[in-house]
Amino acid sequence: MHFVVCIKQVPATTAVQIDPKTGTLKREGVESIINPFDEYAIEEGIRLKERLGGKVTVISMGPPQAESALREALSRGCDDAILLTDKSFAGADTWATAYTLSCAIKILSTPADLIICGKQASDGDTAQVGPSLAEMLDIPHVAYVRKIVEIKEGYIKVERMLEDGVDVLEMSLPALITVVKEINTPRLPTLKGILAAKKKQILFWNKETINADPDKIGLKGSPTQVMKIFYPPPRQGGQLITGVDAKDIAKKLVEKLASHGLI
Amino acid sequence: MSKIEVIIEKCTGCGLCVKSCPYGAIKLVDSPHQISLGRSVKQLAVIDLEKCTYCGACVEACKRYNAIVLEKEETKVSEELKDYKDVWVYAEQRRGEIAPVVFELIAKGKELADKLGCKVCSVLLGHNVKELANELIYYGSDVVYIIDNPVLAEFLDEPYSECLAYLIKKYKPEILLIGATNIGRSFASRVAAKIRTGLTADCTGLDVDVTTRNLLQTRPAFGGNIMATILTPNHRPQMATVRHKVFKPLQKDTKRKGEIVQEQYDFTNVKIRTKFLEFVKDTTAKVNLAEADIIVSGGRGLGGPEGFKLLEELADLLGGAVGASRAAVDAGWIPYSHQVGQTGRTVAPKLYIACGISGQIQHLVGMSSSEIIVAINKDPSAPMMKIATYAIEGDLYEIVPELIKAVKEYKGIK
Repeated sequence: MHFVVCIKQVPATTAVQIDPKTGTLKREGVESIINPFDEYAIEEGIRLKERLGGKVTVISMGPPQAESALREALSRGCDDAILLTDKSFAGADTWATAYTLSCAIKILSTPADLIICGKQASDGDTAQVGPSLAEMLDIPHVAYVRKIVEIKEGYIKVERMLEDGVDVLEMSLPALITVVKEINTPRLPTLKGILAAKKKQILFWNKETINADPDKIGLKGSPTQVMKIFYPPPRQGGQLITGVDAKDIAKKLVEKLASHGLI
Repeated sequence: MSKIEVIIEKCTGCGLCVKSCPYGAIKLVDSPHQISLGRSVKQLAVIDLEKCTYCGACVEACKRYNAIVLEKEETKVSEELKDYKDVWVYAEQRRGEIAPVVFELIAKGKELADKLGCKVCSVLLGHNVKELANELIYYGSDVVYIIDNPVLAEFLDEPYSECLAYLIKKYKPEILLIGATNIGRSFASRVAAKIRTGLTADCTGLDVDVTTRNLLQTRPAFGGNIMATILTPNHRPQMATVRHKVFKPLQKDTKRKGEIVQEQYDFTNVKIRTKFLEFVKDTTAKVNLAEADIIVSGGRGLGGPEGFKLLEELADLLGGAVGASRAAVDAGWIPYSHQVGQTGRTVAPKLYIACGISGQIQHLVGMSSSEIIVAINKDPSAPMMKIATYAIEGDLYEIVPELIKAVKEYKGIK
């Protein structure tokens, strides 16, 4: 089977901090990483390949620097990597991103059986690209998958995580799933994997390679536009509750909470 | 196409724009024009157009020097877009129960519709759901569109998105609001892809510009570090998924009148390649974390799984749910379904009691819009203590048991 994993390179959010003086994002020294949710997608793709045979192709859309994210995916055990990079892809919203990915997946020499995405990216937090991509490829999808119960030629059974429980669903393949962190524990790249990945060639595809409609890519092809960006006022701290002992403090807190009608 | 430019004659190389740019698109470079400009500007700002999204944050930052000019592409409201009217709310229901966020969206939708001078309508999809239509009217819907069909008995992305897209094409709403639930975010994406329109995820603020009839969709980005206002200027409907508990529902009023429109959908030629097998309810969570008014949450400071027993007792007493930080979940003390934060749930309860949670930024973005925050921590310098409405410095194993006693006493429970 052919497993296709879509990944995004994002700023390492643990390093994103607000400068308390200027109220702006500190960007110095912020490294780029594979979107944490995509690590579960990569791991699941590799596990499926190990069990069922076939290969894993990893695809990303981004600037040329995103090559390092693909290289890392290769070092974990993905077989092929494709970077969709073109100046005209820049500024894409979720619609244009899904469209660009769909163009690339449509021209793969081996058709995809299962496409795996992380549930969302940690910088945009939209969770929209996966399901939109499935629609554009005219294949079924299930989002928020926490377990693949069964998979065989032309068939997959999965568990979908919802707020109040789990749905068990089946789909015909080809299909797309977006996965949550409960699905697995991603492995770290091995030294052997890192060395092997260095020798692999990453394909660079531009808008001509994937036959993309210029009106549907990048900022120009995006239905949504950012009108403005602002910094939310930081939450003001409140008061320290003190007392002679724990009992006294607890009593004071209960009075406060009761005054807000919370008890 | 929008244009942005740095006027080098005005740029002082101060770097304020560099700091303001959320996309890291501006850099200072050594000025090649230093001599020709006849002043001692050593560096100039340069905008990387590949990274720039024309958001205008730098223009704002450069108010003092006015050295950055942004020309936004003029958004024309085409004749075709004018055919679209009314504000729609997707009335998510499962097994005959309407998601609470739907009533919040009807209230907000009504406010927007009043400004635009149009109606607020609900869309109800499912099987044997007709009696729910009145409920939607009692909460403020002017019209309820229903497709009731056995195919829709359980939520599946394919038939649900087909039906919603069909109704959109037929009735042309200008705005469509959907709760940012797992279901909503999943199938709204399919609908937006199908009809080629913009979809903005997880909005926390909504307003309309009455002249352009554009929906101003405000949402957190970069893990809540910044807020972005997003438009869908040239496509209709303008779709947005909206976070729960941001807007207040209207009072239920059984005297409200509305119109119910029953629609049929012919599924014979629709590919439905997904099949529902069963639903397994999560029995560990007594109260849905996302909908809870009170959350008692624990972190690394609990030191072990037994601490959650104590928090559960307090949560039960207050009628709340139990939450957790990523550290506690990763340690295996409590299931992931309780995790609050960027990689867990985003919550906005009336009261959030954080016990032994230091307050990493990823946790704070998931709960900082809570109305009242109580922090109990040994470390007074923990970030959570700084943002808390009420901060208590101390050992949670001493404070929480006393708190339980005090609440019982207050409520008159022995």
